[in-house]
Amino acid sequence: MITTTGAGARVVTKVLPFKPNEAYPVTPIVPGGYLFFTAVEAATVDAIVDRLIPTDNLGAGAKDAGVTTFIDRQLTGPYGGHDWLYMQGPFSDKPLPSQGMQSPLTPRQQYRLGLAALETYCKETYSGRSFVQLNADEQDKLLADMEKGEIKFENFSSRMLFSAVYANTMEGFFADPIYGGNRDMAGWKLIGFPGVRYDFRDVMEKPNQAYTLPPVAMQGRPAWGDR
Amino acid sequence: MARRLPRKDVVIVGLGWTGSILAYELSRTGLNVVAIERGPWRDTAADFNIGTAPDELRYAVRHDIFLRPKQETLTMRNNPSQTALPIRKWGSFLPGNGVGGAGVHWNGQTWRFLPDDFRIRSHMAERYGEGIFPEGHHIQDWPLSYEELEPYYDKFEYVAGISGKAGNIKGEKQAGGNPFEGARTREYPTPPLKQGYAQDLFTNAASNMGLHPFPRPSANISVAYTNPYGCSMAPCTYCGFCERFGCANYSKASPQTCVLPALIREPTFEARTECEVTKVNLSGDGKMATGVTYVDAEGQEWEQPADLVLLCAYSLFNVRLLLLSGIGKPYDPATDEGVVGRNYAYQTGSGSTAFFEDAKFNPFAAAGSLGVALDDYNSDNFDHGPHGFVGGASITSAHTNGRPIQYHPTPRGTPTWGSAWKKAVRDTYQRVTSVSAQGSVMSYRNNYLDLDPTYKDPLGRPLMRMTFDFQDNELKMANWMAERCDEIAKAMGAKTTQVNRLVGPWNVVPYQSTHNTGGAVMGSDPKTSVLNRYLQSWDVSNVFVMGASAFPQNAGYNPTGTVGALTYWSLDAIFKYLKSPAPLVQQ
Repeated sequence: MITTTGAGARVVTKVLPFKPNEAYPVTPIVPGGYLFFTAVEAATVDAIVDRLIPTDNLGAGAKDAGVTTFIDRQLTGPYGGHDWLYMQGPFSDKPLPSQGMQSPLTPRQQYRLGLAALETYCKETYSGRSFVQLNADEQDKLLADMEKGEIKFENFSSRMLFSAVYANTMEGFFADPIYGGNRDMAGWKLIGFPGVRYDFRDVMEKPNQAYTLPPVAMQGRPAWGDR
Repeated sequence: MARRLPRKDVVIVGLGWTGSILAYELSRTGLNVVAIERGPWRDTAADFNIGTAPDELRYAVRHDIFLRPKQETLTMRNNPSQTALPIRKWGSFLPGNGVGGAGVHWNGQTWRFLPDDFRIRSHMAERYGEGIFPEGHHIQDWPLSYEELEPYYDKFEYVAGISGKAGNIKGEKQAGGNPFEGARTREYPTPPLKQGYAQDLFTNAASNMGLHPFPRPSANISVAYTNPYGCSMAPCTYCGFCERFGCANYSKASPQTCVLPALIREPTFEARTECEVTKVNLSGDGKMATGVTYVDAEGQEWEQPADLVLLCAYSLFNVRLLLLSGIGKPYDPATDEGVVGRNYAYQTGSGSTAFFEDAKFNPFAAAGSLGVALDDYNSDNFDHGPHGFVGGASITSAHTNGRPIQYHPTPRGTPTWGSAWKKAVRDTYQRVTSVSAQGSVMSYRNNYLDLDPTYKDPLGRPLMRMTFDFQDNELKMANWMAERCDEIAKAMGAKTTQVNRLVGPWNVVPYQSTHNTGGAVMGSDPKTSVLNRYLQSWDVSNVFVMGASAFPQNAGYNPTGTVGALTYWSLDAIFKYLKSPAPLVQQ
């Protein structure tokens, strides 16, 4: 029996309240276009993630695995606004390193401001060229300096931008493809993660042997569509 | 203005492990019990559905089922001279939320503390003299013995269906179990989980070194099992989605799997979810609780009168509720007086990462408490004389998961991105394993909890402030353990190893352990404890406080087994209290 006494209390008594087939799935991402990024921003993110995890002889990299779309869609959700985090002030400008995240900037703000600052920095430093127009070596050098916090953008921490893109790139490359990245399970195939099979009793019977079945994601795997 | 509800016999704050056990045992005697839970109701079928449960991004990274810091967090600093700032995003530990509490997302490692752990203060002084104790320590004996608690460990293990191998039944050593454990009444309810290749290597190496490996006790269970409450569990499938996830298989012991199906049928029980208890109300003289006040999802305030108030929230939030309700004297490190917030402790982590030339560890085929452990270096199972520290660690070879966002290890010195990183990730995933030491943390004058002077929750109540750092004793202990781990890793045949030391200061960012203990400790002396030996408040005798907040200091183990045992121990005392309501221990 589920009743609601008064206003906002959910009262559960006598019977477990779930219904058959009740579940809370996430909405699958449909690739195509960008909901948060401008075309210029998306091109820059494409270029960055393509350096962080390049497409090479080991397989698809982050750009080709849809990581830019992944980040775009994440930024439009609760993550993008730090909706679940504690964002009340005052915000300290001198936190201890052990105190973790203390910036009032949400991921959406970090990308918007950070990418603009990167663009300005590039045009000033590389005689009018954008990040996307730099060659791979120049991009790598710049990203490495951002990672170490060794270059200063105007009005934005180069390291904060790097950290945000880096963390989201790893997420997008290895998360379930339902979120728009890890296309064709490229990240999982790289390392041999079989995905969400949810039953590896057979593996436990065969210690130190290679696992040979292909990965499966929450929506199955491409071959299943061929039936 | 709070609207007043009809009186209940018992109000329970928080419907996790401890709350659901007490709710069931009390309502089945006919008492009217209401459990008030600030998070949502959660059922296995709907909330941990197999089609949605194995989602690393949603649960492990974005923390979908955890307490949201927006609702409540803590502030933290490493020592009293610093200014605490809010933990804006969980890192080092992950408090649960909703029905089932942390019992939903735990890994399932279900230990008993060792007999020496319960009288560590006396035992260490007797064997080594007072000089062994670190400066500024607050180490104190537990107010009960292992032998007293043993029947209640047994009770919890049988409700949870724990898989393991006994090492000592009624004083007789058992082959294949932990020879250091205290005597237990009987074998575990279910046999140990299967182990992987890394655990085979560890077992052989450790045995050859004269150590004593055994399968660690697991709440991810090996075979189908029906517990004494009539709740059925299914065998673990080694899916590798335990910690941070609900189990879709009914294989991991949790309130959902082991208690709620029985509890919900009790007609005198009801749960109110999405209702946050804001304080325990006291009588005019402050000596008795009259019930609790809570705020529902729409912001309406309610008063729930009750004869008995049981605090069953997560350990940290039990402490905060005591502070906000004015139950017990708050601890003040400046004078070293007061008790609420005193003796906050945690857990150390250190070890060795082992890289093999050629191996297929298949880390994804795993369970949260799959693993082989040894206790040769835990508690006082070894001579502390030459080392100059107090405490110890359980040492384990385990794979709990191979989920790739958070687990794609590379050797130290590998670039963090680019093609070289990509190659290293690919080459390492199957060839790396680790040997880890989970160590004790003693209690100290300057590690404590109190209310923050600046930061508030959305209801305007002060956040709790955590002042904590690893002290020299813990750093010394953990780093000695890391060397022991490395010896074993090398003996396992690793081509290279990396020693993972514990380095201070304690940092809130990387995940370490959701084993936050102390702050409302049980003891024999009201000057140094909040609760008597029955988990009853010294100050307000119709308030009992469950959870790891009662630990006087932390041992080298996961806390849940001891939390469960203490709950059943306290339950017996609550029945005595109900017959004759009074303090169960005279001051």
